[in-house]
Parts: sequence; C-alpha cells; structure tokens
Amino acid sequence: MSVSYSILWPVVFFPLLGALFAYLVGLKHKQLAGWIATGASGAALFYVAGLTLLLPHGRAFEQRLFEWLAVGDLQAALTLRFDALGAVMSLVVAGVGTLIHLYAIGYMAGDPAAGRFFAYLNLFLAAMLLLVSAANLPVLFIGWEGVALCSYLLIGFWFKKEEFAGAANKAFIVNRIGDACFLLGIFLLYLNFGTLDFSELRLLIERHPELSALYGWVGICLFIGASGKSAQIPLFVWLPDAMAAPTPVSALIHAATMVTAGVYMMVRLNYLYALAPLAMLVVLVVAVLTAFLAATIALAQDDIKKVLAYSTISQLGFMFMAAAAGAYWVAVFHIITHAFFKACLFLSAGSVMHCGGHEQNMRKMGGLWRKMPLTAMSFAVAGLSLAGMAPLAGYYSKHACFLALQSGAFETWGRLAELALLLAWLTAFVTALYIARAFSLIFLGPAQGNLTAHEPPWKMNGAVLTLAVLSVFSGYFLALPHALQHYLRPLFSGPYFNFDPGGVLEALFVHSWPGLLGVLVGLSLYLKAPWLIERIKERFPFTARLFRGKYYVDEIYALLIVRPLERLSVGLWRFVDQGLIDGTVNGGARLVDALALVVSRVQSGQVRHYALFVFSAAVLLAAFYMVF
Amino acid sequence: MIPLGHYLILSGLMFVVGVVGVIVRRNSIVVLMCIELMLNAADLALVALSQAAGNLHGQVAAFFVIIVAAAGAAVGLAIIIAFFRTVRSVETSDAGELKG
Repeated sequence: MSVSYSILWPVVFFPLLGALFAYLVGLKHKQLAGWIATGASGAALFYVAGLTLLLPHGRAFEQRLFEWLAVGDLQAALTLRFDALGAVMSLVVAGVGTLIHLYAIGYMAGDPAAGRFFAYLNLFLAAMLLLVSAANLPVLFIGWEGVALCSYLLIGFWFKKEEFAGAANKAFIVNRIGDACFLLGIFLLYLNFGTLDFSELRLLIERHPELSALYGWVGICLFIGASGKSAQIPLFVWLPDAMAAPTPVSALIHAATMVTAGVYMMVRLNYLYALAPLAMLVVLVVAVLTAFLAATIALAQDDIKKVLAYSTISQLGFMFMAAAAGAYWVAVFHIITHAFFKACLFLSAGSVMHCGGHEQNMRKMGGLWRKMPLTAMSFAVAGLSLAGMAPLAGYYSKHACFLALQSGAFETWGRLAELALLLAWLTAFVTALYIARAFSLIFLGPAQGNLTAHEPPWKMNGAVLTLAVLSVFSGYFLALPHALQHYLRPLFSGPYFNFDPGGVLEALFVHSWPGLLGVLVGLSLYLKAPWLIERIKERFPFTARLFRGKYYVDEIYALLIVRPLERLSVGLWRFVDQGLIDGTVNGGARLVDALALVVSRVQSGQVRHYALFVFSAAVLLAAFYMVF
Repeated sequence: MIPLGHYLILSGLMFVVGVVGVIVRRNSIVVLMCIELMLNAADLALVALSQAAGNLHGQVAAFFVIIVAAAGAAVGLAIIIAFFRTVRSVETSDAGELKG
C-alpha cells in the first residue's frame, strides 16, 4: 500500500489536550468541563473526517513523530498511520464518542467530580484513537494499555463504594492476564521477523506462508489478549462488573472504545490469521460459545445494565465469528452498527436510570413509555436493530455475519461450521428474546414501582436520537457493494467475501426470521403470558438457575484461582514475609539492641570514669610498646 | 648541676599527682588545675631532656605546650562557667547528661 505523509498527530492530540483542560477548568467550573471535553472530541472527529475525505482509495497517510523505543535491534518509532481501516474505526470512535460526551454533560450535571470524569473520558478517547491509528504493534500496545487504564479509572470513578473499586480492580487484573499473552505474541513476532511494523510484517508474512504453525501460536497468544479486551471466554468476567461505571462510560466502553480493540487487532493482522487455520479455529469456537452463552445469561438478568453488558459480549462473539470466517470487513461492519445501536441502548437505559431515581432493576420499572416516549422509541429502534430486524442496521451486519460463516467457514471446517451457524442462529433468536423482554419489562406493561420518570434534557435526548437514527439507516448504506466492502478491500489479500444486501422486502421476510421470531415470542410471552415463563422455569429449574447465576463462572474462578491465590498470599504474608523476612530483620535489630544495652553501661556519664579509661589505655599502650 | 634523673622523677611525680587528681577529685576547677599540672610535668621533662641533649628542640616544644595549656585553660574555664550557669554546680558528678 502506498503511503504519503500527512499531519496526523492532532487526531490523538485534541482529546489529550481536552483531557488536560477539562480537568484544570473542571476544578472551578464543573459545567464548562463537559463542554471542553465535548469540543475536543468534536475537533478530533472533524479532523478525522477531513483526513478521510482527503484519503485516496487504497492509500495510507503516515507520520513518524519521533524515535520512541530503540533497544538493541528493536527500533519502534512513534508512527501513526491512517488507512481505510483506521479511518473507519476512528470515525466511529470519535463520532460515537462525541455523542456520548454530549450526553454525559446532561448525565453528570451536578456531580462534584465532573471535571475529573470528563478528563478521563477524553483520555479514553485519545488512547483508543492512538490504538486505531498506530503503525506498529508497540504503539498499538500503548493505546491498548491506555484504554485499560482509563477503563480502570472510569469503572472506579465512584471509588468510595468498595464494590465499584473492586470492579475496577477486576477489570484491570483480568486485562493484565490477557495482555501478558498479547505481549508474548508480540515477542514471538519480533523474534521471528525482527520488525513490528504492520506493513513490513504483512510483506514478510505473505512471503513466508510456510510458517503456519508459528502464526497459529502468535495468533492464539494475540487472541487471548483480545479476549481480555473484547470480553470473550475465558476473560469476559470483567465486563458485566464494569457496569459500576457511570452509564455514559458503559456506553463508551461497549460501543466506541475498548471492547472493539480486540476485533480491530484481529482485522489489522488479518494477513497473519489468514495463514493460521489453527488460530482461526480457536477464535471461531470461542466466539460462537461466547455469543451463545452470553445471550442466554442476558435472558435471565434483572439489572438493565447487566442485560446490555452480556448482550455486548454476545455481539462481540458475532464480530469474532465473522473474522474467523475470513470476512474481516464484516467484523468491522458489525463493530460500526453495534457501536450505534449499543450506544443508543445504553444511553436510553441511562436516561431511564437518570430520570427514574437511579433504579436499575427492570422488575421495578414498567409502563415507562408514557412518561418518556422519545427514550422508549429510541430503545425500541435500537433494540430491534440489535435483534437483527430488517431493514435496520443490525440486520445487515448480522446477516453478513451469517452469510460469511456459511460461505467462508463451510469450506474449511465442514460439519463444525454447520454447528457454529446453527448456534449463531439460535443466538440471534435469544438476542431478540432478551431485548424484547427488557423492553417489555421497562417500557410496557403495568408500572411496578412508583418511579417518577420524565424526559431527560435535550443534550441527552439529542445524542440518543442521533444514535437511534444512525442505528436505523447506517446499515443499509454501509452494506451497499461499493460502500464499506469496496472501501476496505485494499487491506486484505486472498479470497474476499462479497456481500449483496438484496432488496428490503426479501430481507424483511426471508432473512430476518430469527430476530422477528425472537421479538414476537418475547413480546407475547412477557406481556401476555408471564405464567408460561414461570412454568418453563419450574420445568427446567437447573437451566434457569444456570442462566441466572451466569453459569457460575465467577464462582468457579473464585474457587479455582482467586481463593487458592488468596490463601497462598496469606500464607506467604504470614510465614515468609512476617515470619522469615521480618523475623530476620527485627531479630538482627533486637540482637544489636541487647548487645548495646551491655556495652552502654560503660557510658556512666562520669567524666572521672572516662578519664580513667583514657589513662588506663595510655598506660596499656605504653606498656605494649615497652614490651614489644 | 642537678642530674637529669631528679628532674624526671619530679616530672613523673607531678604527672601522677595530676592523673590521680583528675580521676579522684569531683570539683571541676580542681580537675582543670590537675590537667595543668600534668602539662607542666611534661614541660619540665621536655626542658630537662632538652638541656641534657644539648639542643633547643625540647624548649621549643615546651613553648608550644605552654601556649596550648593557656588555650586549654581558657576553654576549660569557659566550659566550667557555662556548665555552672545551666546546672548551678561545678561538680563533675553532676555532668551525667550523656550517660548511655
């Protein structure tokens, strides 16, 4: 890919500067901090949009800022590269990010630490933009760690609640586990190729297709890192707990930043994964299982944010599925549409919580559509989009996922792919079911609690409605043959998955049946026949408990890893640290103390005694010299 | 002509008196005087030995000792006065602040 020079640093610099100013100004003027942060984010969006317009098809902009890491043979400059994939990703990140910033102004109004909040938010955006515009793996890793740090800071934003601080720690630690493997993958690549630049790696890897085993291991290591960031089995446990963050942060983590990083990394390194069937198989299996299990968990949660969190995990599974089937651009497509409808869902859920007395339990809501019609409408539209109803955005990307799985994976894996496709369809059905359940519990039916809800201020509604519009129309236009798939074509070599969206009517009646069926079944079950659900629960108590208990993954981890580690730590602390190390140090001190007590008797304080010592010593010395 | 031995015996006696005084006496002024006595004993030995050796080295050393003794007396007295001001006593047994 040919490269030309351009000024790229403002992409990252605007939000970085915004973070600084938002914090400093926020110390005095809380309300102003939000506007500064939103402005910085908007400036980054405009800059990215300008770059995208200037970017010729199939080319890339590059800017080498400075030599950053020069150790031995490793030369990693801080280089930014802006190609088609970077353009798409940074547009989504900055675009959705800006809307979320705008929303957050309304949501965080009156919070005493709003300045700190917006500074973190901008920093988060800066880290994600650095991640998607990095030209080599070390720079990508800065962004990779940057989003982890910011997510830690934001999840623990209300750190005075111990539970929230614990959630922040969990997110950070789980991500560290993934990152250790990610680093191993980077080391393996460097060891074998001596470079970490993406385009140089592409040339080298495509020249050596015979190193498939190596690519498999590297791919798996990097995917474990991605499964930390993008919340896949086995490292997904942090994302549901990340709901401790203020809702705009949840929207940011789930839609624009952070969780898409893993998918992005895989798309970025598509040339490596294309030559590593072993890694692809692992990704496919993990993705399908994650998508299905997370969707079933979402079916049994009562916390509105938990439902959406597991929904994200499930949708990320779809993205990895598409990537594993070799249709990388479909993964990007689903990232985009998911960003729109998931941000919309989170923000409208945030509106419900913000204007409904901070209630998160869906069972205590109900009938809210009368009180907040705009929010209800946005939630419904985004929910249908998530369910994959034609002709909304989610339908196109999800349908493309299925087709990609069908065309790409069958050739490679045969029966296994059939099973995967079946599970994927089932997941789509369950997805529609849980979002219909959430919608009917929150907005329809009789009011359960006595929530005094009202429509939120325009800043919040504006953002929500914009996202709702995007989650309706973006899919069709992006799915057109000369749109996204043509735009991203130069990034990939080898067989390319071509997607034809087809007619709207055909889409509505032929391909969106899992979503349609799920929504219909869900609405009729939860509105008309709640008794049937109770019967089903009684009939299958074990499954119901399993879904509700989130398959007890947290408990299993606690039993197998956390508690043994804790016990080991306590043991090390008591016996090794306190007993052995402290014992040695304190024992030495005590010994010296005891000896000093004996010797200090000599210091009687009487000058006469000292004089006597001096004279005795002199006499002894003299005697010594006389004798010898 | 008094033989050298006599001088040295007298010097030794003076020195022993000084040492015993420093160790035994409690009054710090007396202790100071005893120190001076020891210095003078050394002076006497130096001068006597100088004369016996037939050069002036010992005499020069004796001058130095006298000067040092004068300075020592001045500093010693100053210390005693400062000590008296704080403790209201010149007894060495009352100076026990640095006891270990």
